[in-house]
Amino acid sequence: MLYFTDIILIALGAALVNNFVLYYFVGICPFIGVSRRIDMAIGMGFAVTFVISIAALLSWTITTFILMPGAPLSKFVAGWFMPPDAAAKVDLTILSYVVYIFAIASSVQFVEMYVRRFYPSLYRSFGVFLPLITTNCAILFACLIIFSHIVGVDNPADVWDLGKSLTLAVFGGVGFTIAITIMAGIREELELCDVPQSLRGAGITLLVAGILAMAFMGFTGVDSGLKKAMTPSPVQAQQSSRE
Amino acid sequence: MAVAPTPAERFIQGILPENPVYRQLLGLCPTLAVTNGLQAALTMAGAVAFVLFCANIVTSTIRHLLKPHLRIVIFTLIIATFVTITDRFLAAYMYGMSKLLGPYIPLIIVNCIIICRCEVCASRQSVFAAGADALGQATGFALALVSIAAVRELLGSGMLFSVQVLPESWPNWVIMILPPGAFMTLGLLVGAVNWFEQRRSEQAESERG
Repeated sequence: MLYFTDIILIALGAALVNNFVLYYFVGICPFIGVSRRIDMAIGMGFAVTFVISIAALLSWTITTFILMPGAPLSKFVAGWFMPPDAAAKVDLTILSYVVYIFAIASSVQFVEMYVRRFYPSLYRSFGVFLPLITTNCAILFACLIIFSHIVGVDNPADVWDLGKSLTLAVFGGVGFTIAITIMAGIREELELCDVPQSLRGAGITLLVAGILAMAFMGFTGVDSGLKKAMTPSPVQAQQSSRE
Repeated sequence: MAVAPTPAERFIQGILPENPVYRQLLGLCPTLAVTNGLQAALTMAGAVAFVLFCANIVTSTIRHLLKPHLRIVIFTLIIATFVTITDRFLAAYMYGMSKLLGPYIPLIIVNCIIICRCEVCASRQSVFAAGADALGQATGFALALVSIAAVRELLGSGMLFSVQVLPESWPNWVIMILPPGAFMTLGLLVGAVNWFEQRRSEQAESERG
C-alpha cells in the first residue's frame, strides 16, 4: 500500500506539480521550437516519452549494477585483481555523466534505426525528432534524478527501485507532452492575433509560457495534500489492526 | 560570405550580434533555471565558459580525425568530460553553490550552445579561431545571464548580490523569483532586444536612403 502511494505521488509530481518544462525548465528548446502545430507537438511528446523511458531503464540498471559504490558487477570485476575489501569500495560514480550521455546517445541511435527499418510510417511521423532528442535536457535530467535517488541515500528503504524510476520517467514524459500540446494549441490561436512586431516568435511564446507556468503553480501542494489523505491516520490504523 | 571573419571579429560577434540567448535562443534551460540570483548566474556563466572554451579547443584540435556520422557523439563525450571536471571542482571548492545549482551543472552537457559551437565553428576552424569564438559566445552568454538575473533579483527581492538595494518598503515581487517570472523576464528582454535591433536597422536604412 505504501509503495502504491509512493508511485502515485511520484507520477503526480512528475506530470503536474513539478512539471519538467514549466517547473524545472528542462526541454525548453523543443518546447519553443516544435510547438507550432498540435500534431507535431504530440509527435514530439510521444517521442520524448518513449526515449525517456528507455533512458531511465538504462540509467537505473547501470547505476545500480555498475556505478554506485559497492555495485555488484563492478565489485565482481574488481575482485579479479584486487583484495576483496578494496574491491567492495570501488566507486565509479564520477563516470556517471559520461556514461549517461553515451547511453542516451547510443539508445537514440538504435531506436532511430529500429523504427526506420520496421515501422516506416511511424518513422515518417516522428522519426525526424529522434536525433534532436539526444540533446534534449529532459532525458538527461530524468537520469540525474534517478541517480540522486540511488547514490548517497542513507536509508536503504528510500532507494528507488526500477518501478519508481520508470514511473518518474514515463510521467515526466507525459507532463512534457501535456505542456507542449497546450502550448501548441495556444500558438495556433496566436497566429490570428495582432502581436507587436518585436515580440513575434520567441518573445510572445515565452510570455505565454510564463502564464502557463503560473497556471501550473496552482498544482502546488496537491501532492502533499494527497499524501496526507492517503497515509492512514493512527486511528484508522488501530481500527484496521483490531479487525 | 566572401571573407572568413578574423578571430577578433568572431569574439565581437558572439557578444551581441550573435548573442547565444537573445539572438539564437540557445541554452535556455540554464538561462531560465539559475537566474533567480546574480551569484548563481555568474557561477553558471563561468562553468559554461570553461566547458565551452575547453571543448572548442579539443574539438578543433582533433577536427581532422572526426567521422561525420559519429561527430555528435564525440562532441558530447568531450563536453561530458569537461563538465565532470567542473562539477567536481565546484563540489570541492564552492560546496554551497554546487548544492544550489544541483542538476543544472551536469545539464551543461546537453546545453545547445556548446554543441552548436562545436558543430558550426570548432569542427571547421583552427584552434585559435575556435578559442576566440568560444570566448565571444561565453561572454555573450554571461551578459545574457547577468542581465536576466539582475532584473529578477532586483524586482523579486529588492537585492543585488544579496545586498539590499531598493528601500525596505519595496513590496517583493515574489513571482519574479518563481518559474513564471523567469519566462516573462526572458520573453520581455528578447522583445526589447529585437525592438532595439529593428530600430537600429531602420535608422541605418534611412541614413543610407
